[in-house]
Amino acid sequence: MQKLLASTALMLTLALPAAAQDYTPDPAAKPGGSITITYKDDVATLDPAIGYDWQNWSMIKSLYDGLMDYVPGTTELRPGLAETYEISPDGLVYTFKLRPGVKFHNGREMTAEDVKYSLDRVTNPETQSPGAGFFGAIAGFDAAGPDGLSGVEVVDPSTVRITLSRPDATFLHVMALNFASVVPKEAVEEAGPDFGKKPVGTGAFKLAEWTLGQRLVFEKNADYWRDGVPFLDSVVFEVGQEPVVALLRLQNGEVDVPGDGIPPAKFMEVMGDPAQAERVVQGGQLHTGYITLNVTIPPFDKLEVRKAVNMAINKDRITQIINGRAVPANQPLPPSMPGYTEGYAGYAFDPDGAKALLAEAGLADGFETDLYAMNTDPNPRIAQAIQQDLAAVGITVNILSLAQANVIEAGGAGTAPMIWSGGMAWIADFPDPSNFYGPILGCAGAGEGGWNWSKFCDETLDAKAIEADSMFDPAKSADRLKLWSDVYMGVMVQAPWVPVFNEERYTMKSERMGGEDALYVDPVSIPVNYDYVWVKQ
Amino acid sequence: MAAYLIRRLIQSALILLGVSFITFFLLYVLPADPVRQIAGRSATAQTVENIREQLGLDKPFVVQYGRYLTGLLQGDMGRSYLQKTEVAELILSRLPATLLLMLGAIVCELVLGLSMGIAAALWRGRAVDQALMMTSFITVSAPQFVVSLLLLYVFAVRLGWFPIGGYGTFAHLVLPALTLGILGSGWYSRMMRSSMIDVLRADYIRTARAKGLGRARVVLRHALPNAILPVIAMIGIDIGIFMGGIVVVESVFGWPGIGQLAWQAIQRVDIPIIMGVTLVSAFAIVIGNLLADLIAPFIDPRITLR
Repeated sequence: MQKLLASTALMLTLALPAAAQDYTPDPAAKPGGSITITYKDDVATLDPAIGYDWQNWSMIKSLYDGLMDYVPGTTELRPGLAETYEISPDGLVYTFKLRPGVKFHNGREMTAEDVKYSLDRVTNPETQSPGAGFFGAIAGFDAAGPDGLSGVEVVDPSTVRITLSRPDATFLHVMALNFASVVPKEAVEEAGPDFGKKPVGTGAFKLAEWTLGQRLVFEKNADYWRDGVPFLDSVVFEVGQEPVVALLRLQNGEVDVPGDGIPPAKFMEVMGDPAQAERVVQGGQLHTGYITLNVTIPPFDKLEVRKAVNMAINKDRITQIINGRAVPANQPLPPSMPGYTEGYAGYAFDPDGAKALLAEAGLADGFETDLYAMNTDPNPRIAQAIQQDLAAVGITVNILSLAQANVIEAGGAGTAPMIWSGGMAWIADFPDPSNFYGPILGCAGAGEGGWNWSKFCDETLDAKAIEADSMFDPAKSADRLKLWSDVYMGVMVQAPWVPVFNEERYTMKSERMGGEDALYVDPVSIPVNYDYVWVKQ
Repeated sequence: MAAYLIRRLIQSALILLGVSFITFFLLYVLPADPVRQIAGRSATAQTVENIREQLGLDKPFVVQYGRYLTGLLQGDMGRSYLQKTEVAELILSRLPATLLLMLGAIVCELVLGLSMGIAAALWRGRAVDQALMMTSFITVSAPQFVVSLLLLYVFAVRLGWFPIGGYGTFAHLVLPALTLGILGSGWYSRMMRSSMIDVLRADYIRTARAKGLGRARVVLRHALPNAILPVIAMIGIDIGIFMGGIVVVESVFGWPGIGQLAWQAIQRVDIPIIMGVTLVSAFAIVIGNLLADLIAPFIDPRITLR
């Protein structure tokens, strides 16, 4: 009995933060109106189990909801379709109580069965979801198939219980991923493989029109369960538009937000004009651009060589190449990510020190190696800057400028000595430090085909990472972040990467757009959080 | 004629088969794995293998190609790997825009190219000829991106005569069609010029002139029909080029044609779409050439098809 009481008390404390946070939308916000967003590429899919590019990510966020969500404009979790949740004392059982009266766009009420169906679907190998791996901690994941996940149970129509096979501190973030969006079974089955073109969710907007290759129209969901949002009556996405032309149209008052951003060639011009610069919102991004040094290919197997390369790269100059649209980086995590190590200086730019280290490694005369980079601007120019910096310390670099798929292939196969990550760089799936480790620096990603292109694998650091991710108790969050900070500092000691810069985001908007700036550089809804922005007339 | 047609149709089918084989083979040996594109960066090795198996990409080349061909013969071009939509639907939705732009562009090319070519031939060696040939040289070498942006900036942004890109009305068509017309007119004008010069030297033209016919009548009625023959063959080739898509012009003007679809598919190694677009454009080239050959006897009765 005593044990039961104690565990209930713990449950309550853990359940509290769920109800505590909320967000007050802009009091000046006016409902109504429509905005136009442009993109160069057509939208691939609006199926939340499949969509995994930065273009459809925020669209899917507005069409669907998951159990968890983020406070708009921040990296803070808040409950979504779950009204409250409880975590068992051992961190293995999550019980979500669903919000009553939430309706899908087809009018049917959402229940616990839908939550189970959606999680079963995304983890079923037949769905071919690129996000299935995120759900690896749920019990029964390895046996996932047509019969569903044994770890997800429907307790009653408004309660779902999820059992994990190991404690996972990031699990609530996983429940906020698009992949965990709740979808109605009947709509998925009716549309079959075309569900991505006929989306049905519970989100703030519903799809009203999709003309392939031309435009999509999102229409306000009048029955949305969050009161007062969305403000806009509709959002029009026009696709197939060159960024330069999108900017001209914005200047002409025809476009509200160019989804692909300000084209690099026009950046100085826009920022140099006060009237236009004032409509550009700048913010951090959970992104790091880096050079991977393959530790299995000599001479990068020598620590001195990796350190020397770190010291030879002039990051300030590379940042200038992209018109200063980034800040130089010294560690894998971007500054806006929890767990970032403040005060760490990193490897300072020191060509003479680099030469000395190379001499120590027995390479006083330098060596020759290959650098892979993606062939779209500005990446070849950045690769050339890296080439020049390394030439200054005696390293001869041959640049292999290839299509994205070919660079990824070489990186996965482990045949590339160095890769500049631009165009393929890591942007966090969710705002938690663990997301920058496992796939790109941990042993799990170092295998054939993995995204750990350095093929760096340190078992001590891996063990620390697992320890950090088992600290599920939100009260220990500070200790957990400290542990993660240690992991990344441990990575930097061994220098498998040269962290080069963290890109900044610049979202341009039309004069009539309202809503606080944070909504235009929302860390999870790129480019804009459509649910909370509004128009002035 | 019937025998000729049958022989040409069989040849065309063989050409298409060859194109499909070569394209499929090139995509097979390409050092980029479509499965990785589908699976994304967070996929486990298990997920990657599972997707490979479901798409049949673990099978040997012959089996994969055989499956594709079997589907194709039943009218099934497959589904896009990444969008999961049927390839036929994706191509069909973009076909009207592609055909419209093609038509507009060919009309512009012909009007500009033929008039320039005829004028240059009539005033051969004079300043007019030199200026026109210089112009055609410039248009042939001008980059699509520069010409499209220039026209867009001047006529849409500055003067506001046309919409800034988009699709739907006749006004939307003018600038992209004109861009392609200007860029393509150089080829036509040069071809028309040399063909016209040859014809103007012919005896029957001298006869016509000797009969006392007016210059305009000689040029339009007697010389033009003969000089235009090689130009018609060129239209056949042009159709194929336009059906393959004009990536740059389409994206500057936001024109929803096949080029953009192909370009995106190539970036993402979406093999079913790449195959589909390649075959459709190869089909258009083959048919375009066939039609050009079939039309030739009607314009020049000296030609017989055998």
